[in-house]
Amino acid sequence: MIRRICRWTVIILILLFLYLPILILAVYSFTDATNIGAIRGFSVHNYVTLFTTPELRDMIFGTVVLAVGSAVIATILGTMGAIGAFYSRKGMASAITTMNQVPVVNADVVTGFSICILLVVVLGISKDTYIPLVAGHVTLCAPFVFLAVIPKLKQMDQSIYEAALDLGAAPFTALIRIVIPQIFPGIISGFAMAVTLSLDDYFVATYTKPATFDTISTYVVNATKGAQTNIKTALWALSTVIFLLVVLFSLVMNIRANREN
Amino acid sequence: MEQTKNIIELKHITKTYEDGYSAVSDFNLEVKQGEFITFLGPSGCGKTTTLRMIAGFDIPTEGEILLNGKPITSLPPNKRPINTVFQRYALFPHMNIYENIAFGLRQKKTPEKVIAKKVKKVLELVDLEGFENRKIDTLSGGQQQRVAIARAVVNEPQILLLDEPLGALDLKMRKEMQLELKEMHRELGITFIYVTHDQEEALTMSDKIVVMSEGKMQQIGTPEDIYNEPINAFVADFIGDSNIFNGIMTGKLKVRFCGGEFACVDDIEEGTHITAVVRPEDVTLTRPEEGRIRGTVTSVIFKGIHYEITVESGKNEIVAQSVHSARVGDRVGVQVEPDNIHVMIAEDHTNIFAAEINKNYELEYNGTVLPVDLTNVIKGSVMSEDGTLLDAKGLEIDPKKVRIKISIKPQDIELTDDQEEGLVQGCISNLIYKGDHYSYVIHTDLEQDFVVNDEYLWNMEDQVGLIMPVEKMIFTVKK
Repeated sequence: MIRRICRWTVIILILLFLYLPILILAVYSFTDATNIGAIRGFSVHNYVTLFTTPELRDMIFGTVVLAVGSAVIATILGTMGAIGAFYSRKGMASAITTMNQVPVVNADVVTGFSICILLVVVLGISKDTYIPLVAGHVTLCAPFVFLAVIPKLKQMDQSIYEAALDLGAAPFTALIRIVIPQIFPGIISGFAMAVTLSLDDYFVATYTKPATFDTISTYVVNATKGAQTNIKTALWALSTVIFLLVVLFSLVMNIRANREN
Repeated sequence: MEQTKNIIELKHITKTYEDGYSAVSDFNLEVKQGEFITFLGPSGCGKTTTLRMIAGFDIPTEGEILLNGKPITSLPPNKRPINTVFQRYALFPHMNIYENIAFGLRQKKTPEKVIAKKVKKVLELVDLEGFENRKIDTLSGGQQQRVAIARAVVNEPQILLLDEPLGALDLKMRKEMQLELKEMHRELGITFIYVTHDQEEALTMSDKIVVMSEGKMQQIGTPEDIYNEPINAFVADFIGDSNIFNGIMTGKLKVRFCGGEFACVDDIEEGTHITAVVRPEDVTLTRPEEGRIRGTVTSVIFKGIHYEITVESGKNEIVAQSVHSARVGDRVGVQVEPDNIHVMIAEDHTNIFAAEINKNYELEYNGTVLPVDLTNVIKGSVMSEDGTLLDAKGLEIDPKKVRIKISIKPQDIELTDDQEEGLVQGCISNLIYKGDHYSYVIHTDLEQDFVVNDEYLWNMEDQVGLIMPVEKMIFTVKK
């Protein structure tokens, strides 16, 4: 009995520790409070501000477009890399895999800063072209796609690719019709990871973004330093919305995974 | 009668991998249109590699493959009119059965109407009518194998390759499928090339069997030929049960083995060392006074249709099959009809390997100095006073330029558990029982194969040391 109580206490404490901060933020987002502390009354004005202020709307839209766009490119590159490495000779494959590990472990600051130096300073590409920003996010995400796809390739029955060739398919047809459908779950989870990483990123964006463009992360950092209270409190609403979307996404993924089993 | 033409020819095919391992070496084969040919051999004998080279998945390092007289050696698999049934089926899990079977036809841009008709017909052939929309994972192993066969034959290939297609099925299903495949071969008239390690399967199904071992063809022939006239001890041992003995020809059509003299039908010169093969079903047990040799029954096992009786005669062991039982301890005679004794000229298994001379003019092998005096090995050589070796003409011998070959007979090598005690170490890669001893092939850590005769039973893959007494070695000098 006591053991059970202890167990539940620990679980509840951990859950509180994890979710209390975001709950506080969510509660405050529905009030007219200007800072965390005094609550005067219920209000949805934060949500109204969030969705009606053009600046905020553009920033959210821009961040999502950037995330999806660079995730698409990263998914294509990462998948191609994984397939390439998987079908390479042993030495080559392990060399590629090792090289892929470095950007995964590397600090984002270093990635962002070095991309900025190469593209902007050395090659003279203007940040306003968005090329450094997209390149930066693709560099950030592609290695994770690679890591998500490789295990699926290893799990695949290796003879089915040969079977496709044997039945007269050209190597490219065999890849598209047979190999890609087999590793598709890996590609999807790599894509999801890429979107999340791009949304999360702060360092790469600060070093490579055009001066007039902001992602959610860079915007939030600047706004919390700024003086516009209504924008600051609108960001509570933004956090709550993002949190709810994430919860929804995880739930859908879990339910789908359960159904497959 | 003019024979039908060769559909596929393999000429001097060799496949060597980057690490220097040869899976197949100098393999030659001609297959006639419509034949059912089987590659038979233990795992690792190169049979699957050969099949993969015919399919186009592997490219031979040397040699040529001809299809209908035209070279296809490096043609990619999708351009060859050859289809494969894979060992583990290799069906496409994300497609239903119809799509799986239609895949090959779609690559050829066959009209959908024709595809539908052909798929229906081939599903009838493999007894899976109405399975079109089923998912792969709802099928049993046997059904999946039928789909795999249907998927291959629907393309009407010139040659159908089957890579141990029944290996994953249970015994009963395997027997059924063997007959069905044979029937299918008759119906379709396509050339079948079948790979298996199961000798019974090979004997049941094939028109012709290719027995392979260690990347080389050992024998090719009809099942009857292979069974009745094995070309060497390996084939005899691999196909069916056999008693294999070392012996010697003692006169015209007379052979001595197993402690007795037998009449035989193979005319081999007197005095030749031979290997005699006698199938257990050809051994007749008689009353002691009627037998060529006499022995004691040491074991009797009931096998359903017959008894398997082991007789010990002197140092030899003979296995007989008989419908009459015997009792352990019985004294019996052993008789074999002349045409049931298959006599082969014994292969010379003398082991030959190279040793080096080190800078102290000592003979060295595998890092061990052999206790021999080099002046006795190299004729006429003398040790000079300043410690160099001089040849018969008094010139200094360059240790790097002289190679010493050592030969030693299989019976002179001893196996030991204590690997350090041996001159060289290795693992047992083959063993054949020869009546009073076992003949082992030991693959050494220096990548050489040694043949060793030993009366004790070791297991396959055992790590052993090879003790080679210097006094049994014969040295030859090579420059």
